[in-house]
Amino acid sequence: MADISEAPHTERYIFRGGEKACAEADMAFGMNLPREACHAKVTGERAALWLGPDEWLLLGNGFNVQLTALPYSQVDVSHRQIGIQLKGNHAADMLNIGCPLDLDDAIFTTGMCTRTVFGKAEIILWRQDVQTFHIEVWRSFGDYVRGLLAIAQKEYM
Amino acid sequence: MLLIKCPYCGERSELEFSYGGQAHIVRPLIPSDITDEALTEYLYHRDNIKGVQAERWRHLHGCGRFFNAVRDTTTDHFQATYKIGEAQPASGAKSDG
Amino acid sequence: MGNAFRNKDGKYIDYTQILRFTFDGKIYQGYKGDTLASALLANGVHLLGRSFKYHRPRGIVAAGADEPNALVTVQRDHARTTPNVKATQVELYEGLIAESQNRWPNLRFDVGALNTLISNFIPAGFYYKTFMWPRQAWGKFYEPFIRGVAGLGVAPTEADPDRYSQRFAHCDVLVVGAGRAGLAAAMEAAEKGLRVLICDEQNMFGGSLLSNADVQSTESLLQTMEKLHQYSKVTCLKRTIAFGYFPHNMIGLCERLTEHLPNPAKGDVRERLWQVRARHVILATGALERPLVFPGNDRPGVMLAGAARTYLNRYGVLPGKNIACVVGHDNGYLAALELQQAGATIAVIADVRTKPVGRYIEQARQAGLPIRSGMTVTGTGGYRRVRNISVAPIVNGNIDASDTIRCDTVLMTGGYTPSVHLFSQSRGKLEWKSEQNAYIPSQSTENLSSVGSAAGLAGNDRGVIGALPMTNKSTAFVDWQNDVTVKDIDLATREGFHSIEHIKRYTTSGMATDQGKTSNINTLGIVSNILQKPVPEIGLTTFRMPYTPVSFGIFAGFARGDLFDPVRTTPMHSWAIEQNAVFEDVSLWKRARYFPRNSESMNEAVARECLAVRASCGLFDASTLGKIEVVGPDAAEFLNRMYINAWSKLTVGKCRYGVLCREDGFVMDDGVVGRLATDRFHLTTTTGGAARVLAMMEDYLQTEWQDLQVWLTSTTEQWAVIAVQGPRARDIIAPLISGIDISAHAFPHMSIGEGTIHGITMRLMRVSFTGELGYEINVPADHGRAIWEAIYEAGQAHGITPYGTEAMHVLRAEKGYVIIGQETDGTATPDDVGLSWAIGKAKPDYVGKRALIRQAMQAPTRKQLVGLLTLDDQVVLEEGAQICATAANTPPMQLIGHVTSSYYSATLGRSIALAMVAGGRTCYGKTLYVLMPSAAIPVTLTAPVFYDEKGEQVNG
Ligand SMILES: [Zn+2]
Repeated sequence: MADISEAPHTERYIFRGGEKACAEADMAFGMNLPREACHAKVTGERAALWLGPDEWLLLGNGFNVQLTALPYSQVDVSHRQIGIQLKGNHAADMLNIGCPLDLDDAIFTTGMCTRTVFGKAEIILWRQDVQTFHIEVWRSFGDYVRGLLAIAQKEYM
Repeated sequence: MLLIKCPYCGERSELEFSYGGQAHIVRPLIPSDITDEALTEYLYHRDNIKGVQAERWRHLHGCGRFFNAVRDTTTDHFQATYKIGEAQPASGAKSDG
Repeated sequence: MGNAFRNKDGKYIDYTQILRFTFDGKIYQGYKGDTLASALLANGVHLLGRSFKYHRPRGIVAAGADEPNALVTVQRDHARTTPNVKATQVELYEGLIAESQNRWPNLRFDVGALNTLISNFIPAGFYYKTFMWPRQAWGKFYEPFIRGVAGLGVAPTEADPDRYSQRFAHCDVLVVGAGRAGLAAAMEAAEKGLRVLICDEQNMFGGSLLSNADVQSTESLLQTMEKLHQYSKVTCLKRTIAFGYFPHNMIGLCERLTEHLPNPAKGDVRERLWQVRARHVILATGALERPLVFPGNDRPGVMLAGAARTYLNRYGVLPGKNIACVVGHDNGYLAALELQQAGATIAVIADVRTKPVGRYIEQARQAGLPIRSGMTVTGTGGYRRVRNISVAPIVNGNIDASDTIRCDTVLMTGGYTPSVHLFSQSRGKLEWKSEQNAYIPSQSTENLSSVGSAAGLAGNDRGVIGALPMTNKSTAFVDWQNDVTVKDIDLATREGFHSIEHIKRYTTSGMATDQGKTSNINTLGIVSNILQKPVPEIGLTTFRMPYTPVSFGIFAGFARGDLFDPVRTTPMHSWAIEQNAVFEDVSLWKRARYFPRNSESMNEAVARECLAVRASCGLFDASTLGKIEVVGPDAAEFLNRMYINAWSKLTVGKCRYGVLCREDGFVMDDGVVGRLATDRFHLTTTTGGAARVLAMMEDYLQTEWQDLQVWLTSTTEQWAVIAVQGPRARDIIAPLISGIDISAHAFPHMSIGEGTIHGITMRLMRVSFTGELGYEINVPADHGRAIWEAIYEAGQAHGITPYGTEAMHVLRAEKGYVIIGQETDGTATPDDVGLSWAIGKAKPDYVGKRALIRQAMQAPTRKQLVGLLTLDDQVVLEEGAQICATAANTPPMQLIGHVTSSYYSATLGRSIALAMVAGGRTCYGKTLYVLMPSAAIPVTLTAPVFYDEKGEQVNG
């Protein structure tokens, strides 16, 4: 049974823009935004999660910098969502009570991330390790997601 | 439940998608210029094909992208999915299976 | 009677564990490993129920999922009572309580059995023909009567206390059915290192191997299981039925986890829904034994030969001691041989074939069994149990004189029918093989394969289908569960029903809960024979899910109680709870509806809240409003194209009320849009419209206007929104704010700015949905409650009053502000609801523009937003009530509109209402009538604004 814990508060931004703006962002942020679909990049305490071909979720400090040359959009969503950490045995099984993804670690490998659904809530799921998942969910869906995970814990005691 | 291949993310469950109706209906460039008949056609008339049709989907709970798909409505089999702006692939060829 | 029919050779019975159970109140004993059916048979109990239509005594026919008769109710407690379960699938446990069904007052003496005396009067289509006339009798007599006699068990009335679970799973190979073929397929896949999931409906793997007498079957099964368990990528699910085959190789499984336990722990999961996505599916579902159709074939004691073998070899139970066999397949001889070996007497083997040859037949001859071939059955005797059978030779196509033979059991077999249910559900094509008398899988549309007997039978293993030659057709049952006889099918064909789909519905053959597992193929055979057409020309009915019934619980899964739906709450929710707020559901959100003080009623609380806002100041949680941040150099152009309004001239620091139409010209949503920078807008939507608006905007951006450089991000939950509304609003918040000059001239109505409040970053909008001076303070959600409390504290001296959505509705109605979805219904144009002023008329294009210039959209007779004032100013109209031009309230009358909003306004001391009335704007002052249950209430039509018509308050 995997443990459920609240991830510590962090700054969060949604970065949206085309490839050129992205390249500029790589420089400004001092880390490359992942271009590969459904993959996250981690540098120190900071992470960038690919959410769509022009959309990234940036987690951590140091992303609040203005780019200059090219149009893009960066929006502070630090308070929009919360992070939930799921760590331990059967973490993937617990998620699969409500998530339709194939979470076999050979398929949804460590470092992959995606928006998906968990029961009736939309979540962002990021595999940090074979048995460790980070979930981002809009704050008002937090109780629901935690409630469903608590049920899942009972099933995989 | 369908298994749908998002052109960006790959195969995902239908639960992550929303359906968007018939594909390749282009909004008139200057709608004010079109006749009532053309407007009616644009707004309301859909083919509703029994067989192979091109349709819109959105990977709503995924990458968020709209894309197009060619699906046989009698078997639910997708022959292809492709990005917005790409031409509809010639149908008939079985791409799944 | 203690297990008089039990021997010690049941291979899967644990004779050391005696289990006691009750059936219809009587206590019996069985063993671990038994089903309810095998345990009852061991006790000599064959009578298990009454039939559906004629209430004929019925016994056990099969040994598994194909059982049509032996339906019982299993009861754990009042709430945990499961009707209509097959005794052949109920695993015995200590203390099990089962009841027979469909009988009154009891199973042995059943009043409904009178139906059997009038069976000649209940032919096929009886209900269609009889209950046609008079029409009035339907509700009064026929329907209650039919409902009274119809149905099998009784469903419990209490809520289901059990837990049900769900999970998604993926595998390379899903094997359905763990018999010989399924296990071999699973082993092959496992050896390749694939992810394998194998399931079987029974409590142990083995399928038909479990029914065999030979030791090798058991040993090879044990070895296979041992090997299979060594593969970590193999998942074995027993007690799990594959009930449905869905597109793209998704299979629904129902796993039963506690049904077999005497005392499941509280909170244990009872059943689990598996939604399995498999790259490849292997259907190893085996074959179902086919009964024979002859007169009296439904008497208790008449059983399938293969089922008898299962009871004998697996459970150590003899179905009887003096056994007659009617066989159309060699399997019947094997059953006779094994039963004789076990000590039973074989009274006769009547083979319906003329010259049967084969290994078992030869063995039976050598064993001296009384074999007669070229026979038919003319009837059986006995009431609650078969006592004899009459068999007659067929001579030159005619039934010769019959011979009555005493027996206590009749075994029958017509051969096997491949179980192609799931294959057919997968939309695979079936093909008729006349040499096998069977439909077998042909072309498949999914990535699947059928193996073992599910793929077809060996060689010319055809058996017999249809009915045996007979004269008395009214007791020759084809479908036991629905009481369909050969006579019914005969009648249906004579009445002109020739398609199998029609025959099925008219006779109800194959439509019971067993889904025709034993009856479908024989029905086809009978119709084929009557119509003298080959079987494939008769057609084939559709196989539908579920393969066997599954409980609703698995589909509900976790979605019950607190987790039925996500319950979305705002950052200030906890404060509202502490203040005793009453909440209402708005989409998934909980919103405070009003804040009653002491013993206030809703009306009293709402009146107080409204008066406070008008007189001093109110505090309102508007956090649920949808918010989207629109960013990019083309943001203004994008908004120009989306909204009916013009945005280019909106300067930074200003807001505007925006209206969104769909392409068909009807109002879809509204909200305030503020410009934070030339390339950045803060956009709000209605609470319920947030997701819809974002999806529509993304749609246009991604598919129509890829030329625009603009991006959207939902910020609904980033911001807690605190509305401070009322003449004292500025006085209250001013001391808390820095970074913005909020004086009346510096920050007029419809301004937006960024600053801090109480030290927290804030987006401040000066907007009003009440008609008063008002602000909406957006703070990062985590700080929502703290800032709310700071404002509340600061407002105490000014009489600040929290108000809920109900007061908000009244306040905005006093001003005639529309609510999308309340005044509008998806067919209202902006002009209909008085918003044509918002249209940017000079714009070349916006979503809905072209549709709005259609003639019908401009018709003067369209319903328009108006105000209504009742002549009696204390009468509050009902929302939704229809409006008529005259007082006459007897139909027919012309309805010209309806009430959309209606409240008592404490500010005005009278009731007010908004309505949509045809051509209403030209009729101000006219009297109309609102149709209420009590009377037609006279109202005066007015402009839709009741308070501060000049709109001066907002500029305070
Ligand atoms: Zn995608």
